[in-house]
Amino acid sequence: MAELTHLTMAGALDGLAKKEFTAVELAEAHVKAVETIRPLNAFITETPDKALEMAKASDARRAKGEAGPMEGLPIAVKDLFCTKGVLTTAASHILDGFKPEYESTVTSNLWRDGAVMLGKVNLDEFAMGSANITSHHGNVISPWSPGEVGNWSRQLVPGGSSGGSAAAVAARAALGATGTDTGGSIRQPAAFTGIVGIKPTYGRCSRWGVVAFASSLDQAGPMTRTVEDAAIMLRSMCGFDPKDSTSVDMPVPDFRAALTGDIRGLRVGIPKEYRVEGMPAEIAAIWDQGIEWLKAAGAEPVEISLPHTKYALATYYIVAPAEASSNLARYDGVRFGLRVEGGSLKDLYENTRGAGFGKEVRRRILIGTYVLSAGYYDAYYNKARQVRTRIKWDFDEAFQRCDVILTPTAPSTAFAIGEKMDDPIQMYLNDVFTVPASLAGLPGMSVPAGIGSDGLPLGLQLLGRPFDEETVLRVGQVIEKAAAVTATPPFMA
Amino acid sequence: MSLDKATVAKIAHLARIKVPEEELDHLAGELSQILTFVEQLNEVDTGNVPPMTSVAAQKLRRRKDEVTDGGYRDAVLSNGPETAEGFYVVPKVVE
Repeated sequence: MAELTHLTMAGALDGLAKKEFTAVELAEAHVKAVETIRPLNAFITETPDKALEMAKASDARRAKGEAGPMEGLPIAVKDLFCTKGVLTTAASHILDGFKPEYESTVTSNLWRDGAVMLGKVNLDEFAMGSANITSHHGNVISPWSPGEVGNWSRQLVPGGSSGGSAAAVAARAALGATGTDTGGSIRQPAAFTGIVGIKPTYGRCSRWGVVAFASSLDQAGPMTRTVEDAAIMLRSMCGFDPKDSTSVDMPVPDFRAALTGDIRGLRVGIPKEYRVEGMPAEIAAIWDQGIEWLKAAGAEPVEISLPHTKYALATYYIVAPAEASSNLARYDGVRFGLRVEGGSLKDLYENTRGAGFGKEVRRRILIGTYVLSAGYYDAYYNKARQVRTRIKWDFDEAFQRCDVILTPTAPSTAFAIGEKMDDPIQMYLNDVFTVPASLAGLPGMSVPAGIGSDGLPLGLQLLGRPFDEETVLRVGQVIEKAAAVTATPPFMA
Repeated sequence: MSLDKATVAKIAHLARIKVPEEELDHLAGELSQILTFVEQLNEVDTGNVPPMTSVAAQKLRRRKDEVTDGGYRDAVLSNGPETAEGFYVVPKVVE
């Protein structure tokens, strides 16, 4: 039943409610789809038995009239979320064999609302990367790659770090997937694969049970094929959690109800600093097109200035590695995962960490260790935190003059595996448009806006005021409808 | 900022990561490149700017200092690569 895997979440909820099919049938179709897309290497762990068991329980709940807001919807989980009794790797060698004894709050919320788990999806190791090429479990291939499946003429990246999530959703193997975003890891892969991805305001989703990368930046969010589906899934993921000290205690709105289509009079900020030098004409054109669409819907574009934009990447590449070096200190070969023996405890630590971390993770831990070390702490780490404040102030000021900000999501369409790999800085530039909002903790969403001359998806990004995901979603849906992108990846389940 | 091989070896030691001698030169180059890139922050005037401690304008919550959870010794140890008698096992530390 291939058509079941092509439904939206909203459509699947309708079909389930009208008894056109059961959750078990929906799960079976997706379990098969997960197998079909194996050449993409999107999944690290498939959990078909769990999916069918959860779907059966879902049907039983629905029969009793206890259907939750995501009742029976099969989703994939980024392998950064701890799932009880199910291998959780963070795509790192160092977590070999780790089966958590607990469930992350975000996934608990999703199961509480009726969602069904298809498996754990691939990512960049510890979510560090923008192309899903740093995973210990291998590269993820984008379903948009041209040529014969498995023998592609160009192996395109799905973006990263939530590359497995993006590939699985775009290839119709899951109705949605959880992602996490530290500097763009939901939004950039969503743009590269032609799907929707929203990072909510920092504090909306609990970080409890999510393998930590950079704690002051990490936020979970949904990756789906429509804005409406993102609204459905986001609502289930959010919520106050006393177990996360930065979780925000405020009510979770019904995000779907915010999708009124009415954006008349809304002021849309267009940051002049995002017109970076060397921006491809195609990216500039889709951005201009987005402005026109919003204008046609009654919104008013206003030029704004975010003067510290050019310093965001440098700030990020101090703050994130500093926090990572501290967070990743826990992988010591003693309490979980890989252990490489040594004569002394120090040798055990050094051998385990030397063998367990990949090159990008090692690079970031070393940078982080350096910028936090005595004598450099003020010059690097404190300086970066000060610039981060100025970046936040820029946004505060801009939001005096506008209600939402529109920018491109990424500076290019998806590139091929092997490109941009020699130079870490070149790879970091992928995140130039997404990192500033991460540093400021703002909600940001990527929406499919068109197809480039290379036949690959282009995304536009919307940024909102803190805790105003509703405006972001509402404007996002207006763009989605105006763009009406119908192209699909050449390879789908 | 340009890091030399010895400095990289020192950082690697601080981070408790074994780095093979033959990789130190290349790594020094990469790390120096990143540090040079981030040094553009020196252009920004941060005179009276407070370093950011939290993006959300909220105070950390407090709770009563009391035991609310626990008693999971075996669950906690279940992922340990080597355990015995309810403890993690590590190489001998004290002679």
